[in-house]
Formats: sequence, structure tokens, C-alpha cells
Amino acid sequence: MTATADTVPRATRREMPMPKLVTLAGKEIREGFRNRWVLATTLLLATLALTLALLGSAPTGTVGASRLDVVTVSLASLTIFLVPLIALLLSHDAIAGEAERGTLLLLLSYPVSRTAVILGKFAGQLAILAVATVIGYGVAAVAVGWNLGAASWAAFGAMTGASILLGAVFLALGLLASTIVRQRSTAGGIAIGLWLLFVLIYDMAFLGILVASGGHSLPPLLVDMLLALNPTDAYRLLTLGSGGAGGLTGMGALAGHTALTPPLLVTVLLAWTAAPLALAALVFSRREL
Amino acid sequence: MTEATIALRGVTKRYGPITAVRDLDLGLHAGEVVALVGHNGAGKTTQIKMMLGLARPTAGTVRLFGADPAGGGFGLRAAVGYLPESVSFHLALTGRETLGFYARLKRLPADHLAAAFAAVGLSDAADRAVGTYSKGMRQRLGLAQALLGQPRVLILDEPTSGLDPALRRDFYAIVAARAAQGATVLLASHALTELEGSADRVVIVDRGAKIADGTLDDLRRIASLPVHVKMRPAGAFAAEGWRRLADGSFETTVDAAGKMPLLARLLADPGAVADLTVAEPTLDDLYAHFLKREAA
Repeated sequence: MTATADTVPRATRREMPMPKLVTLAGKEIREGFRNRWVLATTLLLATLALTLALLGSAPTGTVGASRLDVVTVSLASLTIFLVPLIALLLSHDAIAGEAERGTLLLLLSYPVSRTAVILGKFAGQLAILAVATVIGYGVAAVAVGWNLGAASWAAFGAMTGASILLGAVFLALGLLASTIVRQRSTAGGIAIGLWLLFVLIYDMAFLGILVASGGHSLPPLLVDMLLALNPTDAYRLLTLGSGGAGGLTGMGALAGHTALTPPLLVTVLLAWTAAPLALAALVFSRREL
Repeated sequence: MTEATIALRGVTKRYGPITAVRDLDLGLHAGEVVALVGHNGAGKTTQIKMMLGLARPTAGTVRLFGADPAGGGFGLRAAVGYLPESVSFHLALTGRETLGFYARLKRLPADHLAAAFAAVGLSDAADRAVGTYSKGMRQRLGLAQALLGQPRVLILDEPTSGLDPALRRDFYAIVAARAAQGATVLLASHALTELEGSADRVVIVDRGAKIADGTLDDLRRIASLPVHVKMRPAGAFAAEGWRRLADGSFETTVDAAGKMPLLARLLADPGAVADLTVAEPTLDDLYAHFLKREAA
């Protein structure tokens, strides 16, 4: 008699409605709540957002902008520094950490696809980040602008959504780093490097180029491409370059010359999320343990 | 003879310049408890990874229920229980949350959990965080996880490290019960001694190659290690062929066939012997013998 897959007991395969991806994401979320990640991140974002909101609400009368618009702009600047950092701290551990704890070997011995592991972890971490951002920023917005106009609230909502999208980009990048290297510490190093590159170094180099070229000689297409090549710049242009915020920040001047419309910028950010995720899934599915 | 549930044929696995497993043939059958014994780094975990389909052999074939485990058949995986060496579950989650997660991955209904906790004696601790568990409790949680869904194949890597003797006995009782129900059990260990009485077959591996395979009795016969006899004479003793020890007693070695005649001769005059100890070769001696033979 030859044993085949058909002799595998069927009793253990009773179908349940919950897909495995949800199971994986759910565990990630539960761990995030349990080890105080969600709490700490929410408190951090809320504290900084409230501080910015209360400090920033003082001079509004003379600028002539809604107090909530000022908060929206302040929070967008905060996002650029903080959200990528939080996302990278959260995601760099995803695969490398499990490998170090010995649970990755166990997880992959279960009937679960490696792509589901990547996507489940990403979805869970995105949920954690979204909860922290919405609550943290929401507290500040309510504190200063609960009675202000719908347009300001719409701008605030768009900024929060864009912030979560920026977080998704860096979650995907951190997950890729976690998949490529074997050790958690290496993944952490790469995560910090990515943060420095995209948040600080890239813009300094970009500014340097603009200053050196006298600000006018760069072709607009090149400027657009340079902006799209850095997700934080795409975010900056998306949130600070349009609407009431444009006048407040001076990004409006840049936004006026660019072909990067908000839908295009959102597409750029989505691509920045999808590409690292796809690459992580590819690398992970080929990896030998 | 039934078809092997796990079959490795001519399997070699190389990681760069390192050969972790070398031309290995191994068949494990239903209802059998097989001990895979070797030093740390002898290639045990690599073999297990290939059986689970987590690593592909450089040469040769690996079959699980007759299919390629690396092919990713979910049905195959659902029928396997695995306990990795030194696994550490998330400390902040409770035992029930941890086990529930693995049960959902195997698509088992939640009512399986109570029985799973009871089987390993963790019912009272199920709702406590894993961080509060002792080493033995964590190991039992790992075993409960491996037993989920009554797997047809159980692969346990260093399962009893950190368990005290009583727990170890319980552990082997659970394993024996699963084997009696027809499961194929593979126990990887670096200590042969504690497997006495719990393994039907022992496979000794060294530097990636199989150097012995058989029941413990088979291995004892093949090795034909000498028996140590130690005696303390009551009076004068003609110590020819005996080594005198510091405490006044004498020691000699004799092969298995010569043991009974020697004892008969010694005990012909019971008054002449004050004390007598016969030490059979231990499993560690046996293990050392096979490793030494391989090195020679």
C-alpha cells in the first residue's frame, strides 16, 4: 500500500469561517495591545499632538487660518518624523524576531502560506498604527477644534488618513528588512538607516541640489521624480501642499509647479507600500529555514 | 511491512561548505517511537526541517505520507505535530490565547482547547500569561501545541530538556499513548539515557551520517560492551586478573557471555564475598562506543 495525501485524516480539516490571514493579524494586534505598544504609541502621539495643538493655537488670530488647520499642519510635520519611526520599530521585529524566538519554524510547520504570514503581520501592525494615530491625533483635534468647520475637519481627516498611509509604507519597508536579514539586531539597524535616509538625509541632499542649482534650473519632471522617490516627500506634498495648508506652509508654492496631483501622490504612497510587501513575500517564500 | 510514513532516501543537505546531513536513509513507520540521537550539531534539526518541508535536500528524496513535504500541501501539514527545540512563546499572551492561535491555524474548533490543556496538566494555568510559567510549564504548553488535532506524525526536538524526572515520565507516557493509537513519533535528543524504555528504535547520527539504527537490545548486542564487576572480598583473595581499588575492593571487566560463569565462580563460596556490584553498560557507554567507532 502506498500512503498518499489522501490518507491524511480529514477530521482535522473542519473548516472555520475565519481566514488564516485574520488569525495572524489578530494575534499581532493582541500582542500589540498586551505588550503596551498600542498604549505607549497612542500616549506618545496624543501628548505631542496636544502640545503642538495648544502651543500652535495661540497666534491663529493674526494668520487668519482656522485653529484646526494650524493643528493639521503641525501634526503633519510631526508625522513625518514620528510615524515612520514608530512603523519601523514595530515591523523590523516581525519575521527576524520570530526566527530568533524559535516560533517562526513552528509557525511555518503549520498549514499556513508564507505570503499569509507576511500579509497577516502587516495588516495587524497597520491596525495598531491606525488606532494609535486616530486616537492620538483625534484627541488633539477635538481639544482645539471640535466646533470648527467641516472643511477643516475634512482636511484633518485627510491628513490623518495620509499619515496612516505613510505608516503603511514604513511598515512594509521594515517588514522587508525583517525578512531579508537573519538577525533582529541587523533588521533594527537597517530600520534606523531607512529612517535616517528617508526622513533626514534625503531631504538635506535634495535641498542641497536645489540650492546649488539656484532653484530654477532643475527640470520640473526631475523635481517630481525626486519627490516621488521619497515617500516622506510625497506625504509632505500631499498634506502640506494643498487646500488651506498650502498657504500656511509655503509648500503650496512648490505644489503649484508640480504635476504630482493628490491622487497621483496617493498612488505613489500605495506603490511604496505594495512593492516592499511583494518583495518581502517573494524573498520569504524562497527562504530556507 | 507497511509503507513508511516518513521516508528519507539518500538524503544529503549542504549549507555552503558545510554538510549537515550526509547520504541518509531513514524510514519511520506508524505506531513507532524512534529516538534520533546525536550531539548538538550532528544534523538532527536539519533532518527535521526537511521532514517538515522547511528545507529542501541538496540530494535525495524526502517523503511524508508518500508526498513531498516541501510541496506545501496543507493537508500534510495539518497531520503533523511539531515541537521545536527551545521555542519561546509570546510572554504577554495567556496559555489559552497561544494555544487558541495555533488551533485556529489548524482550523480546529475552540472546544478542543480544554482537552488539550488537561492532557498536559495545564488546566489551572491556561488563563495565566505565558511569562508567569515555569520552564516545565512552557515545555508542556509546547507539547500541547504539538498534540493539537491528533496528528498522525509527532516530531519533538529535544522535548524533555528542562523537565524534572516526574514530568519527563508523564511526557513519555503521553507520547507512548499517541504511538499506541498509531502515530509515528520522532524524538530528537542528545541524551540517550533518558530514552531507555520509551523508544522502540534508536538512530544514532554523527556529523550528519547515520552510524547506528536498531532497538536498544540490537545496539547492545552489536556493541558487545563489557560488563563491569566489582567485589569486596571477605578475606584473602587471589586477585589474578582483577584490579585492586583504593578502598580494598577489586574490579574487572567481562564480556556479556562470560558474566554468568564469572558470577557462579565468585559465589561458589558465598562466605568469601562481602559485597558484589555488577554494572551493565549504560546507554551513555553505548552511545560513546558508536561515536568512537565512527571516529576510528
